[in-house]
Amino acid sequence: MFEILLYIALFLITVAMFGLIYRVIKGPTTPDRVVALDALGITLVAVIAILSIILRTNAFLDIILLIGILAFIGTVAFSKYLEKGEVIENDSNL
Amino acid sequence: MKTNNLILQTATKILLFVIVLFSIYMFFAGHYEPGGGFIGGLMTSGAIVLLLIAYDIKTVSKALPFDYKKVVGVGLLFATGTAAGGLLFGKPLLTHWFTYVDLPLLGKTSLHTAVLFDIGVYLVVIGTTMTIIQTIGESE
Repeated sequence: MFEILLYIALFLITVAMFGLIYRVIKGPTTPDRVVALDALGITLVAVIAILSIILRTNAFLDIILLIGILAFIGTVAFSKYLEKGEVIENDSNL
Repeated sequence: MKTNNLILQTATKILLFVIVLFSIYMFFAGHYEPGGGFIGGLMTSGAIVLLLIAYDIKTVSKALPFDYKKVVGVGLLFATGTAAGGLLFGKPLLTHWFTYVDLPLLGKTSLHTAVLFDIGVYLVVIGTTMTIIQTIGESE
């Protein structure tokens, strides 16, 4: 019973990911695509959490935190590029 | 135009310690669990990259005054030193050695010379990624 619930949740998250992929492809502006990619990372975290319950292992739990950190750094880098035109500045106090 | 980065910089100050702690955990978990020197080094350089994004190259190089090319050298020295350590005791190259030690807080812990080799991997990964990112960031 619990297994079926997990598979249903996995299916629903996959549907949500397809919606986000549609937004990444279609998105009229670049910020739309960046937000959709960030949300894709978070749904990927959910997929990994459910998969590690189904596979009865805790070897993947580090990857959840890893994807959270990487999604944050990637989104911050993208937004800084959109805001200022460069990701890493030489000297911001000019 | 001068933009205000207050939210990003404050969040970075808190998140930096979480990321560095996670990378150190990943480094030391490598012997028994998923992790190791490579992913630990990548996460540490990820923390430094977050610092570079929130501030700028000048501020970060003032806070962390490392020459990352020398970090690569020190890491390779650790790896080759561990490899040559076995030769001193008449064993083949890269022979590792471990023992169980009673540490004050941690209790019975196994200390392994593979950790020293892993420190070499960790430093080389940090040095390589940070050299690449800093060189690309500095070029106009």
